[in-house]
Parts: sequence; structure tokens; C-alpha cells
Amino acid sequence: MSDDILGTAAAWAAEGEQVALATVVETWGSSPRPAGSMLAVTASGRMAGSVSGGCIEGAVADVAKQAMQDGKPQLLDFGISDERAWEVGLACGGKLKVFVEKLG
Amino acid sequence: MTPLTLERLQKARASLTPVALLTRLSDGEQHLFPEDAIPGALADAAEKVLFDDKAANVTLDGEAWFLQPHNPPLRMIVVGAVHVAQALVPMAAGLGFAVTVVDPRRAFASEDRFTGVTMNHDWPDEAMEALAPDTRTAVVTLTHDPKLDDPALDVALKSRAFYIGALGSKRTHAKRVERLQALGHGEAAIARIAAPVGLDIGAITAPEIALSILGQVVARRRGK
Repeated sequence: MSDDILGTAAAWAAEGEQVALATVVETWGSSPRPAGSMLAVTASGRMAGSVSGGCIEGAVADVAKQAMQDGKPQLLDFGISDERAWEVGLACGGKLKVFVEKLG
Repeated sequence: MTPLTLERLQKARASLTPVALLTRLSDGEQHLFPEDAIPGALADAAEKVLFDDKAANVTLDGEAWFLQPHNPPLRMIVVGAVHVAQALVPMAAGLGFAVTVVDPRRAFASEDRFTGVTMNHDWPDEAMEALAPDTRTAVVTLTHDPKLDDPALDVALKSRAFYIGALGSKRTHAKRVERLQALGHGEAAIARIAAPVGLDIGAITAPEIALSILGQVVARRRGK
């Protein structure tokens, strides 16, 4: 993973931001980003990196905020057969799993 | 992820050390491989993830783990700033290798012959120890001179370099094997050396020899 999402996350944490990390852990079909792709988000709304072509980042950020509050990691499923995923628009037809965790 | 795990991960990445981040998906428990003590099956899977340079999911004792490699760029250490090296270096760079040429003989290892190439003019054992070959490193010795090749191979065999190749005929290699055995290297270690170096494609010219070496390096890296 060449882009330094972890470095950005560390820098944000050092600034006193609350940070959560989302990582693509598994993909099927034509998912746009491979396993290992990361997204860092802060409670204040800053974002770096991506876990899809942009279709599920919003939903992931919502879960990330939850993880920052309760400290519990979550494993999310997105897929064409998943109604929620359809709502958030994973229109590529792929399926993926995203792990969301709090930094700290 | 704890701040300590992130700090350790960033430190490993900054020092170009191959490291895998292991995450238990049920609760977010994390380990770093090879630094942390982890069960053998998980360690084997982590080793494979680093070798393949590809993330993987593993289920162990009913627990799902996500294994993510954080690998530095591929490296190639070429010992001997010889004619074949001049052909090999740009071709290896094209395949994504960060190349360093080691040769204490400045007449060979000149800026003129290797413009813009990273050079190391130390004696090969010192140079190799400083360069510290890892699982992402290929080592190729080309000098034909035991004084230079042997110390480099000695260090390479003690490392986890994924490829070790040595230029020289079968006869040259047989003598080399005797010398390496005298240095204490066993059969399994010596079998790691590709010699005569390269795939047998009937290579004659320097670029052809470079091609045969790189074909073998790629094959080794892809587990063929």
C-alpha cells in the first residue's frame, strides 16, 4: 500500500483528533479497491484514502463515528444483494467486507 | 488499532522492514509479524502474505484473521560492476527493483559506466551487511572473482534474500561450493544459489544473460 493513510492517521491523532480506520478485508467481483485499501476518518469529518470508488465511503464514515464513540470494531458487508449496500450505491456489482476500528 | 501498534508499524515501514499486520476480525486484536510471538499456523500464513505481497483472510481455531502485508520496494543487489551488470541494472529497474551495485574496484564501478545508479564501493561483505538483504531482496554476484563473490554469497546465504544467483560455469560453481562449505554453509543453504545463474535460454550476449537472470528472479519471486 503505497499511499500513506496510516501516516496521515497518525498525524491527525497527534493533532488531538479522534480517528478511525477502515480497511477493505475481502472483495468479490468487480470491487474497485483491493483488499488492504484504507480510509481514515476523523470525528471532525476529515477523510483520507478510500475503500471503494466513493460509493460506500459515506456509510463507512457513519460506522466509523460510532466506533470512535463506543470503541468497538465492526465488520461491514457491502454487496449487490444487500439492500443497504444498494441504498448507498455499490452499483459496480461487486461485494466487499470492510473492517472499521478506532485508533486509540 | 492502538497508538503503540500504529507507532511500531510506522517504524517498521520507515526502516523498510517487511512487516505484516494481523487483525482478529471479531474483536480487533492485532499483532505484527515477525516481531510478535504468534501461533505457528498464523506465522506461516503471515510469511506467505509477505512473500505474495497480497493481503489474505485466514481462519484459525474458528477465528477470522485479516493479514495485511506492508512491504518495502523490491531490491536487487548486484555484486560486480561488470559488463553484464551494465545490461542487468536498467532492465531490473524496469521490473520495479531498486538496484544497488557493489564493487570496490572503482575502475569498474565508475559513474561513467553506471550513470545515476546507486553504487557501493565497500568490500562486498561489509556492503552486504550494511544493505541487509531481506525477503524482498535478490542478490546476484557477477564478478567471477572468489575474493569478491564469496564474501557476498556468505552474507547472502545467512540472509532471507528470496533469490541468490552466482555467475560462473558448473566447474567454477563446484569449486565455489567447496569454499562455501569450508565457511560452514550446509547443503540446504548452498542449494539456494542459482548457479550457473539464470534460466537456460542459450543466452550469449550481456543483455541476453541479464534477461535469463531476470526471468529466473521473477519465477522465484512468483513461486515457480
